[in-house]
Formats: sequence, structure tokens, C-alpha cells
Amino acid sequence: MSLARATGLILAKELRVELRSRELLSTTLVFVLLVLVLFSFTFDPTAAETHRFGPGLLWLAFLFAGSLMLQPSFVREQTNDTLSALRMAPIDPFAVLLGKLAANAVFLFIVELILLPIFAALYNLSILPVLGRLLVVLSLGTLGLATTGTVFSAITAQARLRELLLPLLLFPIVAPVLIASTEVTVGLFSEQPELNRVWLVFLIAFDVVFLTATWLFGEYLFEE
Amino acid sequence: MPAGFSIQFENIEKRFGMRLALRGITLRVQAGEFVALVGANGSGKTTLLRIAALLVRPSAGTIKIGGEGTQTPRAIRARCGMVSHATLLYDELTAEENLRFFARLYDLPQANTLCAAALERVGLSSRARDLVRTFSRGMRQRLSLARAMLAGPRLLLLDEPATGLDPKGQGWLGRELARLHAEGCTILMSTHGQNEAQSAVTRAIRLEAGAVAEDSGDRGDLGAILSGGASEK
Amino acid sequence: MAAEAKSDLAPSLLWTVLTYAWLALAGYAALFVAPEEKTMGVIQRIFYFHVPSFWSAFIAIGVTTFGSIAYLKTRAMKWDWVSVSAAEVGTAFLTVGLVTGPIWAKPVWGVWWAWDARTTSTFVLWALYVSYLLLRTLVDEPDRRALLSAVVAIFACLDVPLVYFSIWWFRTQHPQPVIGDGGSLDPRMGKVLLFCWGAMLALFVLVVHQRYRLEKQRAEVDGLRMEAERRGL
Repeated sequence: MSLARATGLILAKELRVELRSRELLSTTLVFVLLVLVLFSFTFDPTAAETHRFGPGLLWLAFLFAGSLMLQPSFVREQTNDTLSALRMAPIDPFAVLLGKLAANAVFLFIVELILLPIFAALYNLSILPVLGRLLVVLSLGTLGLATTGTVFSAITAQARLRELLLPLLLFPIVAPVLIASTEVTVGLFSEQPELNRVWLVFLIAFDVVFLTATWLFGEYLFEE
Repeated sequence: MPAGFSIQFENIEKRFGMRLALRGITLRVQAGEFVALVGANGSGKTTLLRIAALLVRPSAGTIKIGGEGTQTPRAIRARCGMVSHATLLYDELTAEENLRFFARLYDLPQANTLCAAALERVGLSSRARDLVRTFSRGMRQRLSLARAMLAGPRLLLLDEPATGLDPKGQGWLGRELARLHAEGCTILMSTHGQNEAQSAVTRAIRLEAGAVAEDSGDRGDLGAILSGGASEK
Repeated sequence: MAAEAKSDLAPSLLWTVLTYAWLALAGYAALFVAPEEKTMGVIQRIFYFHVPSFWSAFIAIGVTTFGSIAYLKTRAMKWDWVSVSAAEVGTAFLTVGLVTGPIWAKPVWGVWWAWDARTTSTFVLWALYVSYLLLRTLVDEPDRRALLSAVVAIFACLDVPLVYFSIWWFRTQHPQPVIGDGGSLDPRMGKVLLFCWGAMLALFVLVVHQRYRLEKQRAEVDGLRMEAERRGL
């Protein structure tokens, strides 16, 4: 069976499990909303400068969302030891990581899409004129978060204090994504919206580097 | 019907941190044997089974699982099934969805029909659309076994499968395993005490503190070993 | 196999004394031999330890990464010991660097911390390796700990150039008033700098060695315990 097909099957399974209960999506959504609102208490959200630091807050909110949402990915496989069932299956072991990575990216993306209009309304920014380009940076940044986040959630699932450990491991690693994504988003909300090429290429580089690293080293994470 | 796999454990050692779970186990399980692994908790039964399932890497020694003709590792994994303490099932999916997921993962032809037949065989057809979360322990065991048998395994590994089953359930399990055994599947089953599921066992091995203490395949007495397991403190 | 009576790894007294002597000399050189800097005065002398701290930390990161890859390939525990020793010492050096920076900056430039490219990147680097060390304390089983931290170390190493580039590029886009040690280096200062770096590297090697020895002895104790268990003592 090809890697693509196995990944697709696992992705479908992840989506089905989550969409049935929707508990992860709904709690994360509420959490991110609260974060955005709380942020607005710390400064004047109607001020002229919101287009400069608003995007930063948005990406911070996504990062916090990610560190919550990524947690259960592998912990869920521990409850009934379904991880062993996946490891025994005659598929490329990378498919498990890739499938979960894709699922995490999708869930994060859904949260971001729902939050975007709310964010625009709260902080008085117009997203429609730059929507297409915004979706590009959203995808690339989310992919970076999902890749590193999935690998680290596989790691923290095997450690103590995992709720605390995941953000601790994740935040330094994704600092470049935070910077790059914020910069691109700021560029899109400025007077003359433009898509910053350098940062975009950088984001792609980040994604490629860590996807490759996951492919090379991910298998070691499941050994017993 | 193709013959079951044989297993060759060669000097298998496994330590977890400071704990030595298995020490120098050398064992050969012939194709088609139905082996019962007996021993107290902590004697290494689960570890040995998980090594046979290729889930655990031994710290030392080798394991070879083979059958007729040369097999790639993936082809071997495709025909191995496991039933363990944990159900290996997704609580948030229905019985049907669980089986179909694994059937597709194992690239089995006509997955939907196969799954329906499997559910029928374990008597869960009426609950096919129900979430596994709502199942009783006995039902989950039955579904677990159905999942393990989907691909027509040539090696079946079971870790204390009779736990939590009433005598009726144990009897059912015993009959299913006897049937598989008759079809040539190699079965390695750990068991904690005497129960109905052991009716078709052909060989019993007792593990003690990670080593083989008795083997009915050598000179041991099958019945004695099996009943010896029941009187563990 | 009889246990070794004493570890043959203990650094000789001579080695230890020489290293500390070198360090003492370096301190003397920094304080008295190096010429006084025109604008910054005495406080500038901290530069002779501040800068080499970072250079040494980078070497430590290289060693940790190399050790991690070596562990994944060979599964020999000694590579895990090398990795953690280098990571700990490297983090210590980073801490020294990050603390001496503000001590130097405040009297000279009036601010404790300037979010310039280098210091910000180094701060993220420090956070990366602190999280590596924290992970290690939260995984109890040695083999699992070695495996997981090896993967984290490799990911952290891959992240380093990305962190440095992104923060540097950010700073070039958003320049701040120039704060920093531009300008060329007086050759005498250069010599003292290298001498101090040498001393720090000597310290680095000594401490990593000590730490490695500690880790090895811990493992030996565990091994002896297991041997005792195996023999039923």
C-alpha cells in the first residue's frame, strides 16, 4: 500500500473521530476567542496601530491554540493502545505521523478560518481584499506548527507533565514561524498590502526542513 | 489453507531501564502450534508476546518469524494478529467503522463485505452501528478478536484474552481459537489461570522471572503446566 | 566479570590543576594584560569571557547533535552520555553569556537588554536547550529518554540557523538605534580573547568529561544491580 493511501486512511480516521465529538475543536475555539479578547484589554484595539501588532497577537493566539490542540493527538492512541495496532499494520510507519500531522493541520486551519472574521471585526481590520494571500500564509504557518507540534506531541505523550512540556518544547522551535508569519500578515494589512517574498520562502524552507526531519527521524519515536 | 508462521526466539533479552524483563529466552514455536504461555504477573509473558508482534525491540538476541517462501517484513506483519489487555479499538468509532478502518489499512479486498461477515461471526451484527464506547467488556473482546482475525492471520498473539469474560464467553473464545488452530494458524496465548479458552492448546510453556521454567514441548506435562498456572499466588 | 575497582576515567589531578591555572591566567590577562578600551572602561573586560561563552556554547551544541545522531545509529549509551554532558555544559555557558551581557550593557549603553538580533537569537537558543534538559528529567526510563532527547536535540539543531536567520532578517527590516560592539579589534585584545577562549574550552572539556563520567558511573551502578538481580542475589 502506498504511503499516500495509508496516510489518507489515517487522516480520514482522525477527522472522523474528532468530527464526531467535536470537543477539541469547540474548546479550542472558545479558548482562542478568549485569548483574543483578553489581549484587547491590554491595549486600545481601535487605535491606528492595530494593523501593526494585531497580526502578532493573532498568531500568538494560534500558537496557544496549537499547543492545546496538538496534545491529544497521540494521547488518544494510548487509551486503548491503538498505537500498537497502527504500528502492527503493514504500512509505512511514516504514514502514522503524516496522517496525524495532516489532521492536526486541518483542525488548526479550521479554527483559524473561524477566528479570522472575528479577529477582523474585533480589531477593525479588513481581510477581504487580502483574503487569498492571507490563506497562503495561514497554510504555510499552520503547516509549520502542525509538523513540529505533531512530532513533539508524540514525544511528550511518553513523558510526565506533558501538558506543560509540549508548549515548553514547542515554543522555542516555532519562534521562526511566529516571526515570519506575523511579518507577512503585517505586510498584508499595511497601507499597500503586499506579500513579502522573503518571509514566504523562509516559511516554505521551515516546512520543508521539518517535514524532512520528521520523515528521517519520526520512526524512532514509537520504538519500545 | 497456507500454514501458520513459525517463530524462532534466539537468546532474547529485554530490559526496561533497570528491570530485566526477559533473560536469554531461546524458543522455537512450530508452524500450527497452539502454545499457552503460563506464568505469574511480571514473568515476562506480555513482553515476549509484544516482541513476537514486532512491537518491542529486544535488547539482545534475535527473533525470526517465517512461513513458506520468502516473506518481506511487511508481508509478515500483514498476516499477524494480536489481542491484548487493551482493546486496540477506537471508542469513538462504531464497531463497523473500526473494522473497516483496519480492513482498509491491511488492504483487504472487499473490505465492507469482509467486515460484515466478521461482525456476524462474533455475534455483533446487531451492534454494528453502535459506538465501541457503549460496549461491554465481553463485546469489546469479541470485536478485538474480530479485528485480529480480519486478515486471515497465520500468527495470532493473545495476551490474557479470557480476562473479564464469563465462562460462556470463555467457551466461545475457546471454540474460535480451536477453529483457527484447525485451520493451521499458529497461536501464542498467554494465560493467567485455567479457563475454558485453553481447550485446544497443544503445548504449554511456563515463564518465571523472565526465563523458561518448564516447556511441555520438551519433557513437561501439558496438563500439569496449565493447571500449575492456576494455583499461582 | 569482576567489577572494576576504580574508574579509569578520573581526570588526573594534573589535568584539573592545569585547567584551573589556565583559567586563572585568563582572568588575570583579561583584567590586567589587555589594554583598556577607549570608550567603555573597565567593564568592557567582561567581553573576554562573554564572547567565548557563546563560541563554546556553539561547540557544545555541535557535540550534542553529533552525539544524538551517533546514538540513533549505534544505540550505544555512551553517545547519550556525551550528548547530555555537552548540552548541560553548553547551557551553562549560554547562561553565563546571557547574564554577563546585561551586566556589560547597562553601564555602557544604559539598557539591560536590547532586543538586537544576536541576543534575541541566543535567548531562543537557550530556551531550546533548557527544554531539552527539562524533557530529560521528565522521562524516567534511560533507553526511552536517550531516544526521545536525541530526536529533540536534532530538531533543535536544525532550528538554530532558522532562528538566527529569522531574527536577523527581522532586525534588518526593523532597524533599531545601533547598539553593539562594532569596530575593529586591537591585536592585543584579540590575543587575550583567544587565550581566554582557550581557557574556557579547556574548562568545557574538563567539565563535560566529569559529567560524562558521572553519567557512566550511574549506568554502571544500574548495571551492577541488574547483574545481581540476574544472579538472584
